[in-house]
Amino acid sequence: MPLFLSEEQTMLRDAARDFVGEQAPVSHLRSLRDADDPTGFSRDLWRSFGEMGFNGILIPEDQGGLGLGAVAAGVVLEEVGRNLTPSPFLPTAIGAVTALNGGAAAHRERWFPAILSGEAVAALAIDEGPKHQPERTAMRAERSGNGFRLTGAKQFVAGGHVADLLIVAARTAGAPGEEDGITLFAVEKDAANLHADPRRLADSSLAARLRFDGVEVDADAVIGEVDGGAATLRRMLGHVRAGASSELLGVGGGAMDMTVSYLKERKQFGVRIGAFQALQHRAAHLYSEMEVARAATLKAQQMLDAGDAKADAAVSIAKAMTGMATTLAVQEGVQMHGGIGMTDEYDIGFYMKRARVLAEAFGDVGYHADRLAEGAGY
Amino acid sequence: MTDLDSFRSETRAWLEANCPPEMREPLRDDDDVVWGGRNATYKHPAQKSWLDAMASRGWTVPDWPAEYGGGGLSPGETKVLREEMARIAARNPLNSFGISMLGPALLKYGTEEQKLEHLPPIARGEIRWCQGYSEPNAGSDLAALATRADDAGDHFVINGQKVWTSYADKADWIFCLVRTDFTTKQGGISFLLFDMASPGVSTKPILLISGYSPFCETFFDDVRVPKKNLVGEINKGWDVAKYLLGHEREMISGMGLREGGGRTLGQAAADRLGTDDKGRLDAPVLRSEIALFEVRAQAFRAMSERFIDELKHGRAHPAQPSMMKYYGTELNKARHELAMSAGGSELLEWESEETSGGAPARAWLRTKANSIEGGTSEVQLNIVAKRILDLPSN
Ligand SMILES: Cc1cc2nc3c(=O)[nH]c(=O)nc-3n(C[C@H](O)[C@H](O)[C@H](O)COP(=O)(O)OP(=O)(O)OC[C@H]3O[C@@H](n4cnc5c(N)ncnc54)[C@H](O)[C@@H]3O)c2cc1C
Repeated sequence: MPLFLSEEQTMLRDAARDFVGEQAPVSHLRSLRDADDPTGFSRDLWRSFGEMGFNGILIPEDQGGLGLGAVAAGVVLEEVGRNLTPSPFLPTAIGAVTALNGGAAAHRERWFPAILSGEAVAALAIDEGPKHQPERTAMRAERSGNGFRLTGAKQFVAGGHVADLLIVAARTAGAPGEEDGITLFAVEKDAANLHADPRRLADSSLAARLRFDGVEVDADAVIGEVDGGAATLRRMLGHVRAGASSELLGVGGGAMDMTVSYLKERKQFGVRIGAFQALQHRAAHLYSEMEVARAATLKAQQMLDAGDAKADAAVSIAKAMTGMATTLAVQEGVQMHGGIGMTDEYDIGFYMKRARVLAEAFGDVGYHADRLAEGAGY
Repeated sequence: MTDLDSFRSETRAWLEANCPPEMREPLRDDDDVVWGGRNATYKHPAQKSWLDAMASRGWTVPDWPAEYGGGGLSPGETKVLREEMARIAARNPLNSFGISMLGPALLKYGTEEQKLEHLPPIARGEIRWCQGYSEPNAGSDLAALATRADDAGDHFVINGQKVWTSYADKADWIFCLVRTDFTTKQGGISFLLFDMASPGVSTKPILLISGYSPFCETFFDDVRVPKKNLVGEINKGWDVAKYLLGHEREMISGMGLREGGGRTLGQAAADRLGTDDKGRLDAPVLRSEIALFEVRAQAFRAMSERFIDELKHGRAHPAQPSMMKYYGTELNKARHELAMSAGGSELLEWESEETSGGAPARAWLRTKANSIEGGTSEVQLNIVAKRILDLPSN
């Protein structure tokens, strides 16, 4: 398969570009931010995502979806990133859908229609500390009656305060650090003894700290096998990290485009600042980093779609590489704008904030680099 | 015992007796910084008593002559004072553009009358100054400035606009670059001082990406400025402006020396993220990044000491502040990037109580201006290439 978008994928990209660019440009984020919006995204926009069919990208055709894959998901997410669109798309249409695809039909029947229509939103409750370390999941799920009782805390759960469905990783056996013993649960909103504390983040998004004070769930809340959730978790995180990589590419690409345009406009010393070779080289360098990150991301997504055994490592490469390239893009972006780049009125700062949150989510550069080193045996 | 030794022991005893314990605590936020001025605000009474105690000895500006409110200390004594303050982690009693920027320029270019009028109130923290250099079309190309000063007999009439003027809304006076001749570029600039309360001056705060608005657009509409407020000769303001920028850059380079709350980056990271069984930060890639950063940071500490010694003894290359500003600000930005990485998702919080209202994230974003304010990193590198390395310019 050639390592560029197919004709069909290109059409999807154009549709996503037009739709997101028109319906939810950066000004949309700005107005939510200025209104101190307590949801963190627009429910109308989420329903429009549903109408466009985006929400069903990873849902099989026989269940009403488009039955596409990680490449297609990435195409949409890149536009979301470029426009800094606040959306539950990544945790819901990518994360939750991938997890539920690995579980019982009953879950899919319960959730897929509402996800497809843009009524339901999901959130991923994975992290338990300041850094992403899913291997070290410690939250307990003890047998209780005909089901389980969840006790522990989660954090950095994007949209966790409004989600209808939470995908929760917890430990039914084993110790933090062990793969075996992790179980995934589908926990419904408003479960008793579940407390959500939404936190506004630097990029104006809302992520919840969740406390599970003995949350009772039925046995059929388990997604996949009891004690054997690690494989589904890994598959879900593979898709989510690949998706976050695409979103990062959008953020970095958007910042780079704004910056290159500015270099062509702003005049100092009687010339456009883009005429200074010092800046030309840095812009060209940034372009190179972004291109390499783009290739790595598409490669990982194609491997995911092909079920390649090495896809997991490729995803780590993509997430780390897009993290680095996009961080460079926003840093160069602010710097090359000079004073105006530091103002709230100008959009480049929003890109910098979003880039940091996304680079941190689902494993930062250091996490994925370390994971690669470990996988390679050094 | 040498004179310096006895100066050290006297200084140590005096600081011990006069520096309030609260003023030995690390700075937590912007309100912990004392700027002085007509409308000075003090978060804590100890800030005011510390300022007054230091000002009474002229030690807010230890190396300025005593007749202008300074301490009259030699370079050696100044260094001892700085070391002794660092020993007890004493806060800087007064932060001000008057001290770090205008003062040195007035000492070199001001008339005796100007020095006596302006320097003592700076030393005592009574008048707060702002810097009117940048304009919408004159940033890196500062000499393109177009704010005009028209000769009206015994005074000038100022019209035009400045931008990014830090704390213009809080400052009492401004040192301002104006155009007095439109036929040449650098040779048509003059350096003026005036009261921000003068009729015709207005300011409009601009919000920064950190969510704060410490800088402004500043407008001048027929502002009358007495001719006695001209520093240096008419149309020779560029020399004064450049000299002042050297001092500004020296001041900004000090950012490279900051440490987060007195604890090192690595310790703070280990506290938050934990250590492995050998006591090493339990995040191997971050650990090496921090360790490599510390190499540069500690080396820069030495560079900074050397630079100040050379400067005070008149041995520093006149363009060396550009190198220092470049290096120090890039270091400070890197420090905050690493601190954010070490904080993970918790330090991304923007309003929470645990983060004191997002202080770390806001500080991280604020540091992005370090390599822009006072002349961008690119401008500093251009100066180093041209003036120190003597590289050809076409
Ligand atoms: C927080 C903050 C506080 C400030 N406070 C003050 C203040 O109190 N008073 C004041 O007068 N000013 C202040 N400034 C303004 C500051 O000095 C200017 O922003 C700065 O000099 C850059 O000018 P500019 O913003 O117009 O950017 P530009 O000059 O337009 O620069 C845009 C980009 O082009 C690059 N560039 C320009 N020329 C060259 C070249 N020849 N070679 C290579 N690259 C080049 C720049 O480095 C930058 O990356 C402040 C700025 C900030 C951000």
